[in-house]
Amino acid sequence: MNNPDYMEAKKYGEDISLDEELYRNLSGFHIKSLYGPEDIPKFDYGTDLGLPGEYPFTRGIYRTMYRGKPWTIRQLGSLGSPSEANRRIRQLIQMGSTGVSICLDMPTIMGRDSDDPMSEGEVGSCGGVAIDSLEDMRNLLEGLPLDEISINFVSNSQSPVILAMFVAVAGEQGIPLAKLNGTMQNDILKEYQAQKSYYFPPRPSMRLTIDTLRFCSENMPLFNPISISGYHLASAGATPVQELAFTLANGFTYIEEGIKAGLSVDSFAPRLSFFFKAHNDFFENIAKFRAARRIWSRTIREKYKAEDPRSWRFRVHTQTSGSSLAAQEPENNIMRVTIQALSAVLAGTQSLHTNAFDEAFSIPTPRSEKLALRAQQIIARESGVINTVDPLGGSYYIEALTNEMESVSYEYFREIENLGGVISAIEKGFYQSAIADSAFKYQEEIEKKKRIVVGLNEFVTDEEMDIELREPDPEFEKQKVADLTALKKNRDLNVVKTCLSEVRQVIQGSDNVMPVLIKAVKSRVTLGEIINVMRDIFGEFREESIY
Amino acid sequence: MAGERKKRILIAKPGLDGHDRGAKVVARALRNAGMEVIYAGLHQTPLQIVNTAVDEDVEAIGLSILSGAHKTIFPKVMSLLKQKGISDILVFGGGTIPKKDWGILKSIGVGEIFPPGSDTREIAAYLYKVL
Repeated sequence: MNNPDYMEAKKYGEDISLDEELYRNLSGFHIKSLYGPEDIPKFDYGTDLGLPGEYPFTRGIYRTMYRGKPWTIRQLGSLGSPSEANRRIRQLIQMGSTGVSICLDMPTIMGRDSDDPMSEGEVGSCGGVAIDSLEDMRNLLEGLPLDEISINFVSNSQSPVILAMFVAVAGEQGIPLAKLNGTMQNDILKEYQAQKSYYFPPRPSMRLTIDTLRFCSENMPLFNPISISGYHLASAGATPVQELAFTLANGFTYIEEGIKAGLSVDSFAPRLSFFFKAHNDFFENIAKFRAARRIWSRTIREKYKAEDPRSWRFRVHTQTSGSSLAAQEPENNIMRVTIQALSAVLAGTQSLHTNAFDEAFSIPTPRSEKLALRAQQIIARESGVINTVDPLGGSYYIEALTNEMESVSYEYFREIENLGGVISAIEKGFYQSAIADSAFKYQEEIEKKKRIVVGLNEFVTDEEMDIELREPDPEFEKQKVADLTALKKNRDLNVVKTCLSEVRQVIQGSDNVMPVLIKAVKSRVTLGEIINVMRDIFGEFREESIY
Repeated sequence: MAGERKKRILIAKPGLDGHDRGAKVVARALRNAGMEVIYAGLHQTPLQIVNTAVDEDVEAIGLSILSGAHKTIFPKVMSLLKQKGISDILVFGGGTIPKKDWGILKSIGVGEIFPPGSDTREIAAYLYKVL
């Protein structure tokens, strides 16, 4: 009983738990009861933090942060039908959303047209938009100011085709490519590691990614061609420090592949952006972002020799934690999301998506979506937290935690390097096991009550909470398939054949696929048709199922 | 209990959805609870699932669905089993399946549905009870 905390507490008649297991963050780090100068012994303000907007950007990537530019409030604007999604996007803009994310439905995510037998029952699913042809992209984007609003396509394996459609529609609207804002998620590495919507083996997929990267760096200077995503790793079970390390390692891989393809690092590094999860542990989350900025800037500058300061900036979009939402007493999720959102703001995010409270069941209703957006506006306009830049900088706890996140990340980088790099590590099943282990451990902690989820394993009531849920339209799939069948009938089949054989040729060769894809989508070749040609040549990836 | 065969369970992710966290956690938990678990992996069609269930001689099939396609997929699996004259394989489920749809699924013979937040020990206990 010589634990100093315990002795101190005893003195005041307090009783504290000695179960150190209860005081661990989500990454498993032991958290002390008190932090002081001894926890950051070699702390040097200039080297470790620097001013906001200055290398190594620990305190934030801009000098004035939210005073100069508020974060982008970026909610989901997607719902099965492209036209309905268009209406939802307009509503979101009207309510004050300054950016929007567009999710795709499962068939589109898997590179299948709505009339593919595998698509049955899933057209318009998961709150995503069904995109088969250019017609759908046109309806989705109709009347939206593409040079003003930043659109984030939550698109991965199918990104070259979605990008081709986006470019074609912008052309129809008379908007120069150089003015196109927005983001393509286009992060194939995390698909193999966590989200599992891959089609081809990793190496051919990487070639397509580099084609889009090159096309964007040459033609679309304001567009973010890859949003390197830790969110999905965390959703699949990765701990925050795994999310941090795996995401950055993926980022370095894109940098290396770009350089290998002959691009200069400063021609594309400034346009790489990131996507993190804001999970439940408040300070751990903040430390994760700070460590990410420091590691990214140092590595990009020192290892990859980028000279443009814009290349050193870790720009990040954040979403609150969908996987932390409980189905039990769902309205409690409003409070969870608010706390997570606040941590993302204190961490210095550039863009934020707050989840709606009913997402453990279905996609949001207009009411739940509005509440989620309002949480951001209340943080931004009422709480006062944005008045000063990086209010937590210099906190002993935050800085010690940031250092710990950083040093554990370097251990993971070494482990991945020893496996032969990220792609080899994927091929060896490293991520699948690491993430499955973390997911299982988390579940065990919940079941053993080492982690508390209010309403789920503590303060449980058996009251049934009746919430209104959004009903998918059962007729939508039939209509979508009928529309697509009509479109396929009313095309010049010879042109379609020519385009598909051009796609085949370019895939077999080494030229950039983008010009051929743009021509194909303009000729009403569908997404599924293009992807099927690629599947034929590249083959399909099958993972070893590790659990 | 000596010599009694371990319960054999097939866990599968039907359809296009790749959210496999829940399926994998449940697979591991059931294995730890002493069952023989076959995890079919991703992107399985109802026919593949039923064929695997027959080939592997399982007593139960657990389907994990987070895409909203439960009202298409469960009926297909149930009718395929029926077509093959199989009545002794339990089908149960998990994932984001709204409570109001549970009745429909149970009316076609689906067993228990385990929503997000379910305790894996309860899933194991349920299987030991009904199988």
